[in-house]
Amino acid sequence: MSAYLSAALAVYLKDVRLEARSKETVGAVLIFALLVAFIFNFAFDATPDIVAIVGPGIVWVAYVFTGILGLNRTFVLERDRGTLDGLMLAPVGREAIYLGKLLSAISVMLVVEFLMVPVFLVLYDISLLDLRFALAALLATIGFAAVGTLFSAIAAHTRAREVLLPLLFLPVVLPVIMAAVAITALVLEGDGWSAATSWLQLVVAFDIVFLVVSSWAFEFVLEE
Amino acid sequence: MADRNQLFLGISGLLFLVNLYLIFFYAPTEQVMGNIQRLFYLHLPTVWVGFLAFFIVFVSSIAYLLKRDPVWDRRAYAAGEAGVVFLTVAIVTGAVWAKPVWGVWWIWDPKLTTTFILWVIYIGYMMVRAYAPSGERGARWAAVVGIVGFVDVPIVYYASELWRSLHPELVTGPFAETGGLEAAMRTTLYFSLFAFTLVFVYLFRERFAQQRDDDTLAELRRAAG
Repeated sequence: MSAYLSAALAVYLKDVRLEARSKETVGAVLIFALLVAFIFNFAFDATPDIVAIVGPGIVWVAYVFTGILGLNRTFVLERDRGTLDGLMLAPVGREAIYLGKLLSAISVMLVVEFLMVPVFLVLYDISLLDLRFALAALLATIGFAAVGTLFSAIAAHTRAREVLLPLLFLPVVLPVIMAAVAITALVLEGDGWSAATSWLQLVVAFDIVFLVVSSWAFEFVLEE
Repeated sequence: MADRNQLFLGISGLLFLVNLYLIFFYAPTEQVMGNIQRLFYLHLPTVWVGFLAFFIVFVSSIAYLLKRDPVWDRRAYAAGEAGVVFLTVAIVTGAVWAKPVWGVWWIWDPKLTTTFILWVIYIGYMMVRAYAPSGERGARWAAVVGIVGFVDVPIVYYASELWRSLHPELVTGPFAETGGLEAAMRTTLYFSLFAFTLVFVYLFRERFAQQRDDDTLAELRRAAG
């Protein structure tokens, strides 16, 4: 078990170090998130009463789109530089690679989501500084990454590459998007915890199911 | 096998003629909706076959990943392809029926949302195969998508139910009251279910045989150099 965790941690720390030095993924993804948030202002007239209705949608469309962009990078780099073959030759289980990749995908998404909080405040006067929102964002991000890491490993090796990931990813994570938007709406309306309970349960169930299924299925994706 | 499938084609073709007779002449015209209700006899069976097909994809995909027998992959592929076709018919007939009855082509009801998501997932399933660098990898990856997609379906349904309780819909379709179906209508429906399932079995077997011949041919080519 500890060998498994240390192998996963090694994969994760490799990605963190790479990202800390190049800042390639977070930088590009963050600018993209800014642009999505910016363009929404012109997709409709963002007056306060309109933002009250579509605000949660803006936040999560921006998060999901940037999430796809980040997930696409997860394995593209590995494939282009042949790192993946090295990882697969290493005497560690595929689950450890999956866990390491999952953690790095979650980290990238969380950093971007966190950095976007003040942007939503400035551009749309949406205040996301709320414990429930933080919890929902964390749980939703785990769900996105659980499915996204698996599909990203598939998509990166096909001819369609970047096009295939959103096609596979979006329909499967639809329940998480629905839950995240619903919880954010409740937070912004100032409702209590109880209203969000069934949505939180749904995301937790989704996370558990897909963490188990994806780490099992990952083994069959990365097999040569 | 091929001869037996010709027999299947004949039988399902005959049954389908009877099915059309039942739908258009035997089943009484519905009083409120009129003739448009007859679409129901096409819609429900195609939905059923679509979901059945994806259940077969799910089971075959697990079996393929565990046993690596190409037979299971051919089963999954044949069922998945037929499933996309049947679900497309189901979604189109549903929309055509909904426009005059509900006044809109589409509503975000849990059944509709789930069916749509299932349809998109299995189009992705076919695309993974098409874009994979080799047949074996395509089979493995598609099996993973087939399993993940099927596991997702109940969660999507539950989420859409929760979503609807948030935004109540006013329309409730006649599907809610199918308990009051007249005897002749029920007979027609059951017959149509049977006929459509047989058409599916025929398509499934045909596609399976084609896949197998394809593989045999590729092997012969390789052997011949």
